Amino acid sequence: MEGKQGDFNVTLKTKPRYIIEDKCTGCTTCVQYCPVHYPDSFNQDISDNKAVHVYFSQAIPLVAYIDDSCLRLKDKKCDICSGVCKTGAIDFRQTIKKTDINVGAIILSSGITPFDPSAKEEYGYKTMQNVVTSMDYERLLSSTGPFEGEVLRTIDRKHPKKIAWIQCVGSRRVTQGDNSYCSGVCCTYTQKQVILTKHHYEDVQCTIFHNDIRSFGKDFERYFQRAEQLPGVEFIRSYASIEKEIPETRNVVVRYATADDGVKREEFDMVVLSVGLNPPKAYKEISEKFGIELNSHGFSKSDSSNPIKTNRPGIFVSGAFLGPTDVPESVFTASGASAQTGELLDYRRDKLARERIYPEERNVSGEEPRIGVFVCHCGANISSVVNMPSTVDYALTLPNVVYATEQIFSCATNSAKEITDIAKERGLNRVVIAACSPRTLEPLFRDTLREAGLNQYYLDMANIREHCSWVHARQKDEATQKAQDIVRMSVARASRLEPLKEYGLRVNKAALVVGGGIAGMTCALSIANQGHEVHIVEKSTDLGGMARRLHSTLEGLDVQTYLDNLIRQVYKNPLIHVSHEADIISITGYLGNFTTTLETEGRIKEIKHGASVLAIGAQEYKPAEYLYGENDSVFTHLELGEEIAKGNQTVINAESLVMIQCVGCRNEDRNYCSRVCCGHAVKNALKLKEKNPQMRIYILFRDIRTYGFREDSYREASENGVQFIRYTPEDKPLVEAVKEGGKDMIRVTIADPILGQRLELDADVLSLAAAVIPTESTSEIARLFKVGLSPDEFFKEAHVKLKPVEFATDGVFLCGTAHYPKHIPETINQAYGAAGRVLTLLSRDTVVTSGSISKINKDSCVGCMACLTMCPYDAITYNMGKRICEVNGILCKGCGNCAATCPSHSAELRGFDSGQLLAQIGAA
Amino acid sequence: MGNDVLPKEVIQQFSDSLVSDSLISKRLEDKNFGDVMVVGGGVSGIQASLDLATAGFKVYLVEKGPSIGGHMAQLDKTFPTNDCSM
Repeated sequence: MEGKQGDFNVTLKTKPRYIIEDKCTGCTTCVQYCPVHYPDSFNQDISDNKAVHVYFSQAIPLVAYIDDSCLRLKDKKCDICSGVCKTGAIDFRQTIKKTDINVGAIILSSGITPFDPSAKEEYGYKTMQNVVTSMDYERLLSSTGPFEGEVLRTIDRKHPKKIAWIQCVGSRRVTQGDNSYCSGVCCTYTQKQVILTKHHYEDVQCTIFHNDIRSFGKDFERYFQRAEQLPGVEFIRSYASIEKEIPETRNVVVRYATADDGVKREEFDMVVLSVGLNPPKAYKEISEKFGIELNSHGFSKSDSSNPIKTNRPGIFVSGAFLGPTDVPESVFTASGASAQTGELLDYRRDKLARERIYPEERNVSGEEPRIGVFVCHCGANISSVVNMPSTVDYALTLPNVVYATEQIFSCATNSAKEITDIAKERGLNRVVIAACSPRTLEPLFRDTLREAGLNQYYLDMANIREHCSWVHARQKDEATQKAQDIVRMSVARASRLEPLKEYGLRVNKAALVVGGGIAGMTCALSIANQGHEVHIVEKSTDLGGMARRLHSTLEGLDVQTYLDNLIRQVYKNPLIHVSHEADIISITGYLGNFTTTLETEGRIKEIKHGASVLAIGAQEYKPAEYLYGENDSVFTHLELGEEIAKGNQTVINAESLVMIQCVGCRNEDRNYCSRVCCGHAVKNALKLKEKNPQMRIYILFRDIRTYGFREDSYREASENGVQFIRYTPEDKPLVEAVKEGGKDMIRVTIADPILGQRLELDADVLSLAAAVIPTESTSEIARLFKVGLSPDEFFKEAHVKLKPVEFATDGVFLCGTAHYPKHIPETINQAYGAAGRVLTLLSRDTVVTSGSISKINKDSCVGCMACLTMCPYDAITYNMGKRICEVNGILCKGCGNCAATCPSHSAELRGFDSGQLLAQIGAA
Repeated sequence: MGNDVLPKEVIQQFSDSLVSDSLISKRLEDKNFGDVMVVGGGVSGIQASLDLATAGFKVYLVEKGPSIGGHMAQLDKTFPTNDCSM
């Protein structure tokens, strides 16, 4: 790779597949005939595959490839696959192909490599058959895995009855070959594996040996509780080591220690090592080739004011190459990298990209219904419960059904192609997909119908997964019966489906950003730098938000300097308009065309915009406990940080300082972890130790959650003499004001689990890790923008994993701590992520509205306005002249409230009209 | 395109004329010319590619394995809904 931003020349070497991609249909005949069995790397080498095979059943592209184990490639011995391939797709003459590509920017999303425990003998991996990694275990659980979703021991194909998980394998250890950082994902994925294991086999005993439970993410705490409360699941806080394998049973003995019983040994049928995340295997090569710097752990070296950017202009990083990240962060940093690329290359947008073209829509209105039913296995999610062949046979007996078949994954690319091909061949004019809920995949199947030249509303999805196989896993016969009932109802509705039209709407190119903190400003700048006007609405007199009260980050960012610079850029940008002291009064309109009315500095202002970003931040909980507000020596962590920055001598010269973690959260009122406080406490402790090395600092905690590279700072604090003492929620520290030798002190009493006695700590200063809570205006803003709140009353994103910065309400996006507490670098990444998603909307000229909207029969409507009061989208208006109600088709979201309310049956939802629904019910 | 990035204004003037605009596109297409290269086809690389393409850029997604999907494709189900990770 050479060149510079705007003009990089990259030479790619493509390994030969020995398969002509255009000719291969993915039929896998070659795989059946291939004589070479070879460990399947997709299944973690637990089961075998062939030398020629498709990487996995939903691979994209879905074509075979031939790997190095092929006999022909080794010594020209075998040629069976060429003989059996009907399309002549096998081509052993292929060689390494070189391609030169010129691009303006590069995004490195090279991911991670799971930690390999075989490098260290002590883990027993590879030497003991029943020690597996968590990645191996994922494959064992999976329906496309080595045993088709059965968790079996490879050695004797027996179901393990006792499984142990050992946490922090390869992570949080400073020993040679391990990583010092916390991988951040293992606690929660282990809880997931435990929940899934118990779902597979109720009677399995699950034991988890862990250090701190790091449930720092959104909804993580509740998920942990869910796993912990399952019968037969035990979480044990102990370092655990693998002692030996028992030769006869091949069971594994784990050695651990508890406070009550001392050292114990226990035998398990299987041990899962919860391995951490390493940088990508080729990280050195990547860094050399692309000329980017790495940090000491081998991940990309990031600047905490913009982690996505690298030291080389025009090269960005997304996902886990930034450091250990979970899926949502990998997704929004990808959108963030897209936004920063957009800022760089805005001048060449739309020059090279091409629109997708669909075949012309066939008019089938005069035809009798000809329905095709596609019954999906969903791997084994459905087929392990519902009898597939009998459901297909049953579908064929239903009226208007002319074709029915089963598919392993209807959502896979090859299955979608099969559906379009069959629809064309058999002249289908309606399609029923018997699979999952329409929530995720309906758009995909609608697209499949368009590809077949059919109106996309000729689709019905029969939900035989969530409504059937998942809830009736243990009643197979009844579930099959129910699946057939659901298919029958679906076919009845499909027979009456009508084609519906969608309309294109012009997109207003401006954006509205609510909140002028770091998140809002970063997002606004990125959108403006891509040529769009942005209106920032800030409720206070100044920009800056909560960051005004923060002075440094653990990574060493000088927050105030950074913030001043950010504010300057915002005010300097001619495309950004800031409204101060602003209150939003109303929002009308819809995706691409919103009108927001607000009061700002005493004036009413109206803003028209195509997208909205909600970045209203969060606030600090005001503790009602531990003498806060009653004693001048009690601070919150945020206040303590401010006092340190101010140089408050009483604080800096304190002889003894106590911090109490988890104040106001991880309790009944707020069942979540505020995520930032452990890092915050460590940061303050390190600052204080730097200024006054003699100070005695005690941090009273429940779990220390310094995830990721913050673990290094936790270790540093510990090495610098900061004392960490664990407490439990049942036995919280007691705090009282006392006079000791004529001096006012705060006495903190706590049970020390290690010494087994009560400790009295006399402190000059007490600092509380006050929870991060939603702002007072969060619920009001949610109401105005018609967006949802999660159980903890932060904003609820559209999809935890795949749509982390957008709302279910179209055209409205979110970022920053209004979503959930987060550190500054995370907030910045998420703000860029929201900007990236906003640009996917604003860079288009038009957006398409749904065809499934309401209509009101003007002849039968009596103008009672019952529908109008029920409509949550203000899509219905009363026509005074005609004395009837009318629907604004653009505002209508197709919820059907009006249709359900209308006493004269005048309101109907297209695609769900009475005829269709009654037919469906009639078939039940 | 020369070796230097032209100032934004110059490109915009240049592209105001439809003829030269389509000419550039043609020439650029011939030369394996794209806007962005994304290295790695896991969930992050796929998302970056989709966002860029939707926002009007031509993207080359480069993956070293035989399929896109990355490690997420190997996961069985995902937190918190236990949805299939595919």
